[in-house]
This record gives sequence, structure tokens and C-alpha cells, in this order.
Amino acid sequence: MKIVSLIVSGIITIILVLLFNTKMVLPVPLGKLLSPQKGLWQNAEPVNENYSARLSFPQLQGKVKVYFDERLVPHVFADNNNDAYFVQGYLHAKFRLWQMEFQTRAAAGRLSEIIGPKALDYDRDKRRLGMVYAAENSLKDIENDPETLAECDNYTAGVNAYIEGLTESTLPVEYKLLGYQPEKWTNLKTALFLKYMALELAGYEDDFEKTNAKSVFSSADFDKIYPVVMDSLDPIVPKGTVFPPPAVKLKVPDSADSLYYDHKDSTTIDEQKPDPDNGSNNWAVNGTKTKSGYPILCNDPHLGLNLPSIWYEMQISTPTYNVYGATFPGAPAVIIGFNDSCAFGFTNAQRDVRDYYEIKFKDKSRSEYWFDSSWVPSTFRIEDIKIKGQPDYLDTVVYTNIGPVMYDKKYNGGRNTNQKDYAVRWKAHDASNELKMFTLLDKANNYNDYLKAIKYLHTPGQNCIFASKNGDIAIWDQGEFPAKWYRQGDFVMPGTDSSYLWQGMIPQNENPHLVNPERGFVSSANQMPADTSYPYYLGGNFIPYRAIEIDKRLATMNDITPEDMMKLQTSNYNIFGKWALPVLIRNMEVDKLSPQEKKYFDILKNWNCRNDNDSKGATLFVVTWDSLETVIWKDEFLKSGLELPWPSESTLLDDINKYPHFKFFDNINTANVETLPDDVTAAFKMAAAVIRQADDNGKMDWAKYKDTRVEHLARLDAFSRLHLPIGGGTNTINAAKEQHGPSWRMVVSLTPETEAYGVYPGGESGNPGSKYYDDFVDEWAAGKYFRLWMMKASEVNDKRVKWTMTFN
Amino acid sequence: MKFIVSTILIILFSFLSCLYFPWWSVGIVAFFISIIIKQGHLASFICGFISLFLLWGFLSFWISLQNGNILAHRVSLLLFKTDSPFLLIFITALIGAMVAGFAALTGSFVRKEKTGTGF
Repeated sequence: MKIVSLIVSGIITIILVLLFNTKMVLPVPLGKLLSPQKGLWQNAEPVNENYSARLSFPQLQGKVKVYFDERLVPHVFADNNNDAYFVQGYLHAKFRLWQMEFQTRAAAGRLSEIIGPKALDYDRDKRRLGMVYAAENSLKDIENDPETLAECDNYTAGVNAYIEGLTESTLPVEYKLLGYQPEKWTNLKTALFLKYMALELAGYEDDFEKTNAKSVFSSADFDKIYPVVMDSLDPIVPKGTVFPPPAVKLKVPDSADSLYYDHKDSTTIDEQKPDPDNGSNNWAVNGTKTKSGYPILCNDPHLGLNLPSIWYEMQISTPTYNVYGATFPGAPAVIIGFNDSCAFGFTNAQRDVRDYYEIKFKDKSRSEYWFDSSWVPSTFRIEDIKIKGQPDYLDTVVYTNIGPVMYDKKYNGGRNTNQKDYAVRWKAHDASNELKMFTLLDKANNYNDYLKAIKYLHTPGQNCIFASKNGDIAIWDQGEFPAKWYRQGDFVMPGTDSSYLWQGMIPQNENPHLVNPERGFVSSANQMPADTSYPYYLGGNFIPYRAIEIDKRLATMNDITPEDMMKLQTSNYNIFGKWALPVLIRNMEVDKLSPQEKKYFDILKNWNCRNDNDSKGATLFVVTWDSLETVIWKDEFLKSGLELPWPSESTLLDDINKYPHFKFFDNINTANVETLPDDVTAAFKMAAAVIRQADDNGKMDWAKYKDTRVEHLARLDAFSRLHLPIGGGTNTINAAKEQHGPSWRMVVSLTPETEAYGVYPGGESGNPGSKYYDDFVDEWAAGKYFRLWMMKASEVNDKRVKWTMTFN
Repeated sequence: MKFIVSTILIILFSFLSCLYFPWWSVGIVAFFISIIIKQGHLASFICGFISLFLLWGFLSFWISLQNGNILAHRVSLLLFKTDSPFLLIFITALIGAMVAGFAALTGSFVRKEKTGTGF
């Protein structure tokens, strides 16, 4: 009897331990996680945490002092550059290790290792796109440049110095929750991080979708639905600019008419893509337009809104340079910021640098492919994808002289079901050393230094903006862009013929640029960099409206102060709404509306074209326009049975204004011939039904309807910030969308004593248990800024210094 | 008196063992203390249970207090879909208490097996 009691009790104890120490029953090992001395309670940082420390590392040549201010922004003062990069790596790891590792694993197609088979398709997509291949090529370039190599080596050593000091209890909370350990950092991981950004910014294309559309629509219709230039375009380089004759003389392939332009082929698609609105705003005005008489530079890159933030703010000061700004955890140097002489920033160039070619293999072995009238041997790269809790998955990727065969019979990425082989030519595969640009910009003293620096930018192409204290302002639409003939790469191309390959790169000095223009300002907001007089085809995914509003406002502004710029950067004015609203009002058949719909129509009519937090008109406008797009396009698009690119807002508005009897107004599923008023009224009725529901739930105010959130990278709602009270959105300068928007707002007035402001939707600490995890989010949502403190070495006793870390 | 001594010893050695060994070492501590200090089955169980309930409850409460409950708010929402730091602290204490309670009970049966006496 006693034996039985002993055994029963012992078994219960063992079961309890197993229950709470494994994931066999519970989704997490609750005992291990909650044990106060090693589990996640250890990540609950005291609100009055003391970050001061004395650290000693043999890798350092000199001494480094880090002064943390009241926002936990580090001001690093190092005896030499290498030590500064070591400490930057150490600080990135201390505050952001999990995110750095997670993003580089994502880039390398290694998420299945930590989250299991559900990430397999994501991983295969990255492997087949050749992300690691691209990073390896970049790493070669980095290793050929002693300065960049030393920078990376020291950064890597700093990250690893922190990792080596980690214990079970100090491990970041996400590792504890997901149950894995950090790996050692390497220079390849830094290169992978940069490719992660390249994919985000220069990975967008819709070649298969456009190829489908070409097979469905006549070429006249196609050009109306997918025009190359928007009617409203206000390019970065003003219209009428005369460009020198092109250095690269392009030859359109002889077979282009039959094999390309008029070739009808189609595929079906359901694929993961970067956000096409990875846009941004930047502008700089010179002293003639400012109150101080010195230039002001502004930048707000729009990216996915995540916690921990993509950005980490810091100052780095060494005997050779002194720079402040936003850094990327995962890479050395300051990316967007300012030094003692100038300021710099970026918006995305939106150019299409990722094209697909159809490959013809000799046989099933895929060891030879047809190219320029002969069989050429291919190479194989075997991708070993480790999967948590399962055997490895081996994926063989064939490489051709064009690039890796991304889609084939074994993998279609949800994209081509016609079983063909498609190789991808992506500019990011080419060796380049973008880090060098950031390093040189951090040290730049003048326009010439900036010009030298940006020559290192190949991919992702960016509109690099610059302003200096000596009065210069400039913008270059910079990158190494393929020189393309008309619509080259908009569609899938034949891969059997070298005449379809990119024939050369546009020489850097032919990239669109604007330096010290008479109008006193330069700007960009992801619009086309130039109009059609530019001698090369500017294929890409451009957005016209924010740029129009920015240029219009800057043209009339004078005596500008930094406060004026903050107001501009957070402006909720919707210029697209201003232009599109009259179309809705004019064409509404009011007598067909119900009393409830009439009430909504009155609100819409009286909308002030501002996407403010509490605007009901903004909600009505956005939902009505979306419905109008559905009413006009969806019948024809559904009938095609294919995945087609959805036409842009600007295209529909341009078409409505140009073609009063546009054939797409007709609903092909009815016997009647519908007109624009029919469509507008039908769209409004659809919209009113949606709005009614939002209204009943108290969510008709624009900010509540839009429901902006800053989402934890692993999509854990509890670690995210949801339901933020922020207006703006698509087509407003304050481009805060649902989970995408201004990821770092910066205003720099280049007065003798620099006056700079900035904010990002996050916090310096990546630890969800820290009060510094999300402490900038509310200020960001409210459109407020922090004064950025370019600390001087003499200010160590300033009361803003809260903690000091000493490295030697 | 035995009860109080046992409780204090379990709390003390559990705290020390968790510095160096996995969290479930609290069970081993409670098991051995229960063998060494003779008590009734129920008393042993309660002793182990209360010791860890107090230790883990206090530790997590204290950490969370210093933290302004920032992490406990988020983690309780994540794990239990309820925003309740108190619940997270309670469950922390309960897990430690259950393991230590049953381990102590097992220990008390071992002792009775060995000595063959009981009360």
C-alpha cells in the first residue's frame, strides 16, 4: 500500500516536471519559462535599471566611453574608429540581439530551424532567390576593401563579445519563448542583413502578373491600365530638364515584337512580396528659404512598422569623425543622420531591378540549357534547410548564367503552375559594398565627399539627399541601374537569347540628379525620377502624390523653421483626395441613395481632404474609392481567371479624367451598359454598407478605422503596440498606414550649432520587459519629436547623461 | 517546529539550487528535506507546497514590482490572453508549489518505507 502511494506520488511529481519543462502538453515549457531565477522574469528590467558598467575586452586598442542620455540613446566616444565599431556591435547586441539574428536568419532562409515546417516555403523562396549567394558576393567585395573589412571585423567582434557574456537568465526573452540559442555573429550575417534590406527595397516586381495582363488585354487597353507615366507626375528632376545623350546604346531585340511585346503567355500566382509602398519622403531646402539662412534636411523612410524597431539611434564620435543618427542593428555605421558638416538621408528609388527569364533545359537532369544556339552547362547549389522537429529538407537550385532558377516544377512559390523554368536576374546578386557608402557619408565634409560616397551604392537604389552647412543641397537618384529598353523586364523574357539580357548599366553620372537648383529645394517621395525625356526606360513602381504635395508646399514656403518642417512631415493633407473627391461628388446619383446613405454622402461632400484622426470624411473617401476600383476593375479581372496587377489609384483617376466613355466602366456581367455615375453610385452603396458597420462599432473615425499598429517581429500581439491614434495614410505625407509608415522622422537644421529633431515608433531597448522598449511610440503617433543631442566631449557632466559605460 | 524548519530549509536550498541547476531542482530539494525531516504525509506536502509558493511568489512579485509590471502585463496577455500581472505571479508560485509539494510528499513516503513506522 505504501509502495503504491510512493509510486503514485513519485509519478505525479515526474509528470508535473515533464509537463512544465517540455512542450509535450503545453505550448511552452511553463515551469522553465516562469522560474523566477532563470526564466523570463529575469527579463523584467527594473524601471530604475542602472546601465552604467565598466567592461574590459582584449580586442580593444584604446578606450571607449559610452554616455547614455535620458532616452537611453548612447553617445559613443572612442579613441579610434575600430574600437567605435566594436562598441557599436556590442551595443546593438546588448539591446537588439534577437532581432538582428532573426532578420539575418530570415534573409538566409533559415526560419524553419526555429519555427518549424510552416516557414519552409518562406525559406525556400529566399534560398531560390539566391539571398545567401547575393550576400556571399557582397562579402567578397567587403573583404577586398581593407577599411570596410576592418569595420566589419570589429563590429562582429563586438557583437560576439556580448553573446559570449550571455547566461541562461540574461538571454533575450524571445529566445526563451521560442526555445533556441543565438549563434555567433559573422561578417556574412552583416552582408545578409544588407540583402534583407535590399529585398525589402529592391525586391519588388510584378513580371508574372504583368505577363498575365498582357495575355488578357489588348495593348491599347494595357497601356491605359498600366501606363508608364502618370499624368500628374512631378518628377524629382523637374520636367524639361535636358539629359545628355546616353552612353549605353540599347538595341531592342529583333524578335521583341513576336517573342516579347505581343507574346501571350500566362501563369497563376499567389506569392509573398515586399510591400510595394516601401516608400519614403525626403527633402532639403537651402538657406534662401529658411529663417536661419542655413539649409534644413528632412527624411522619413517608410518601412514596415515593427518592434523592436528596424532603427537604433546613436552618436559615434572618434578623432576622425562625429556622427549622429539612425543605425541598423545588424550593420556598422550610421545610416541616416548628420555629422558636424552635413546631413544625409534616403528614399527608395522604386526601380525594377529583378527580372525573370524562361529557361529551356535539354532534359530532366537540367544540367544543360539552351542559350545563344548552343547547350550551356548549368551548376547546382544544394540548399540544406534544417527544420525544427523534422529531417532536413534538401532543395537543389540550378544556376544559369542569368541567375538562379527560382521557379521550376519542384517549386512554384505559389506562382507559376505551368511547370516551366524561370531564372531570376536580380541586381542585388552582383557584388557591391554599400557599407562603404555609409562609412564615407558619416565622415563627409562637403558635396564632393558625398558624391564619392554614393558611388558605392549599387542596390537597393535610393534617392540620396544631401545638405551641408556651407549651403549646398543635392539629390541623386543613385544606384547601379540596368539600362533598359522600353518595357524591358516588365514581363517575363526569353532566356535563350543574350539579346534579352541587360545590355549594360547606366553610368553613375547619367543618373537623374539635382544640385543647388534655383528653386531652393530638392525632394523625392518615390515618384518617377524624371519624365520620358530621360534616355533610358524607367521601369518600376512609382507613386506620384506625396511628391506633388511636398513640392507644392516647399515652393511656397519661406523663412522656414524646423517646426515648419515637422508640421510638413506630419501633414495629413490628402492631395489625391482633393483631386478625386470632385469625381465622386459630380457622378453621385443622389436620388438613388437611402436616407442613411445620404447622411454619409453629406459627410463625404464636406470632407476637408485631411486624413485627421477623427475625420469621418477620410474614412468615407478611402472606402468609397476602394469600392469604386472594385466596381470598375473586378468584373474584367475575375473573368480572366488570372492573377493580374491591381491598377494604381493614380491610373484610375487619370483614366476617368481622360476617357469619359472608358470601356471598363461597363459591368460585363450585366446586360446594361453602365456609366461612371452608375459605378460611383454602386461603389458608394457598397462603401456605405461597410461604413455602417464601422459606425455601429464606433470605428468610423479615420484613425480607428485604419487602426495603425507597430507589430512585434514574431507577430506576437502582446509585444506589439496596437490601435494607435494616428492619422495620415497612403497619399498623405504622414504616410502611416496599417502596419507601414514613417519608420524614422528626422529634421536637421544645419546652423553652425546643428539643431536636429527625430523620432521613431519604438524605443532603444529591444526587451519587451524594459520601459525603453516602446517609449517613443506615443510621441511618434502624436507627431512629436525629440531634440537630438549631438553631445560634445566636454559635456560629460551634463545632466542629460544618466549612465556611463566604460570599455577598455 | 519541524514544519517551520522544513519550510525554511526548502526555501533556502531551493533558492540556492536554482542559481546553478534547472528549475525543477526545487523538487529534488523538497524530496530530500522531506526524507531528512520526518513529518506526516499531509504536513510534508503542505510544507513543500507552501515553501515554493512563498519563494517563487515572492521572487516574481518583487521582480515585477521593480519592473512596474511591464513584462508581466505583456506576458500574461501572451500566455493566458488575460492582462493580469497578478495571475502570472500566482501561476509562477503555483507551478513551483505543485512540484515541490508532490516531491515532498514522495519524500515522506520514502521515509515511511525505510523506517516502517508512521503516525
